[in-house]
Amino acid sequence: MEVEEVERLPRLSRVAVCGGTHGNELSGVYLVRELLKVKKKKKKEEEDEDGGAMSVLLVLSNPRAMQQCLRYIDTDLNRCFTHACLIGPTLDKTPYEMRRARELNAMLGPKGSAGAMDLICDLHNTTANMGLSLITYSDHDWICMHIFRHLQRQIPDTPVRYIHYDVTSKESYSLDSVGKHGFAMEVGPQPHGVVRSNIYTTMKSGVQYMLDWVHFFNSGVIFDGGFMDVFTVVKHIDYPRDGETHNITAAIHPQLQDRDFCLLRPGDPLFQTFSGETLRYTGSEPLYPFFINESAYYEKGIALCLARKRRVKIPSVREYL
Amino acid sequence: MEHVFFPPLSRVAVCGGTHGNELTGVYMVREMQKQTMDKDGPVSVTAVLANPPAVDACRRYIDTDLNRCFTDALLSAPLTDSSPYELRRAHELNAQFGPKGSKEAVDLLCDLHNTTANMGLSLILYSLDWITLHICKYLQSKISSPVRVIQLNIPISEVYSLEAVGKHGLAIEIGPQPHGVVRADIYNMMKKAVDLTLEWLQKFNTGSIFEGGEVEAFTFAKSIDYPRDPTTGEITAAIHPQLQDNDFKLLQPGDPVFMSFSRETVKYEGEPLYPFFVNECAYYEKKIAFHLAQRKNLSIPTISVKRD
Repeated sequence: MEVEEVERLPRLSRVAVCGGTHGNELSGVYLVRELLKVKKKKKKEEEDEDGGAMSVLLVLSNPRAMQQCLRYIDTDLNRCFTHACLIGPTLDKTPYEMRRARELNAMLGPKGSAGAMDLICDLHNTTANMGLSLITYSDHDWICMHIFRHLQRQIPDTPVRYIHYDVTSKESYSLDSVGKHGFAMEVGPQPHGVVRSNIYTTMKSGVQYMLDWVHFFNSGVIFDGGFMDVFTVVKHIDYPRDGETHNITAAIHPQLQDRDFCLLRPGDPLFQTFSGETLRYTGSEPLYPFFINESAYYEKGIALCLARKRRVKIPSVREYL
Repeated sequence: MEHVFFPPLSRVAVCGGTHGNELTGVYMVREMQKQTMDKDGPVSVTAVLANPPAVDACRRYIDTDLNRCFTDALLSAPLTDSSPYELRRAHELNAQFGPKGSKEAVDLLCDLHNTTANMGLSLILYSLDWITLHICKYLQSKISSPVRVIQLNIPISEVYSLEAVGKHGLAIEIGPQPHGVVRADIYNMMKKAVDLTLEWLQKFNTGSIFEGGEVEAFTFAKSIDYPRDPTTGEITAAIHPQLQDNDFKLLQPGDPVFMSFSRETVKYEGEPLYPFFVNECAYYEKKIAFHLAQRKNLSIPTISVKRD
């Protein structure tokens, strides 16, 4: 029997769970509020059962946007965590979310330093039919990848996928990049400003199983390696637009709508114009679409994102003693 | 019932973007504005974006819900410097397509909406109007998926929505679609509904006789709010999974309606009724989790155009 090397990684003693980074993505808002209520109640009753092995910080990232049930007040908070944005000067005219990003960086980071949170899980919803997706910047962060595998096994009735944006640490722009390890937990489909019970339950399970995994990891459990599918982002496609007004002139085609992670081949229908014409995918490579028809991406010029899928081998891991 | 005659319906308004983030109507109206309107002969159709600044911002409204500004009282009250944008816009639309209640008003005003609720194609009326009820009957006969008729029994003076400005008015509500999103399947359904409405008008004006009969309708009974925290006012539960997406399925006493964030089930107490607008995003702030309706059969007479 071949004995494989076990990768030893430092304990994850400080974990943050963040909701309301986009103020109208409501599952995370209500989940973090619920977890805060439970924590408050528990504190009155007993000490943390772990005996201090893991602390969980619960954060509502963008309270002003939450209050107005908007994605953001001035600018998208989840694009404010690049190195350049974080170190810039704070002036009177600095947008609210830039200031807030710097506060969160001080609280959960600083990004890139030894004092940063071991793990940040940032909760999001999407109008796209993406099930539960973990979105990260790495295809070799074994912590995130083992958590993904654990979720996939524990939540069999919801599709669970791992999405990788190939972006350097300096250029990574989202809240989860502040931690030593981090990912966004994206659950959909859910309209923004709405809370669906089934989506809330999926997210609640996702967070619970993630915390369970961290607890087991910290207790010395060895997690066996194996293989998993990783979707690495290649590009995105915008809607066709009117040259003058910039208004979109087509919607996602009915045959593509809701078919996130179903292979899109050259020649497959992509858009249906408002005058009834079909526009087809003209790329040369078959790719996997996701974030199909995400409401917040219209203004970012994204109708869908496209990824390559590949099988990745992950090593066994255990806590570094 | 006796055969009823109506004068020709020659002026029609189709409005979209009354709520700026309900996108199907926005794109329908833009598409209609691109095409020439004279193809329908005796019917002149004006397609208009009701709330352009809200459309530009992709928000439901700027200051206040435009579709609550059309009561007689609000339309007749004088505007001041501090009047909300939508109130001013309501006065403009009333001047353009009304005035409400007068003989100058357009013959039919059709207002296009979307909902996050699983309501399919629903047609909303305010009274027993034979014209709009016949349009509903026609759509039901031509569209294979369910077309529901919702009737809110409010006296015309108190009707607050845009379509009340026309002599006859109809709101076409299609869901589920997230606000700020346009789905092709929903767009196609809206286009079909509008095309069939214009087709009915064409037939009516050229002398077709529309046989009377019965139309099943859901008449508004009451609304139920979410359970809320008494201090913060925040909701403490979501629509229960067994009610979610089950608009127009009979709700019986004892059926689950809410599931709290701590996993407790809240059950329905009341007479058996039909829920609709279940989990409509824009209604959280109006303190409505869902509406409840009775189901009845409305008798409508045979109608045709009055020939001079």
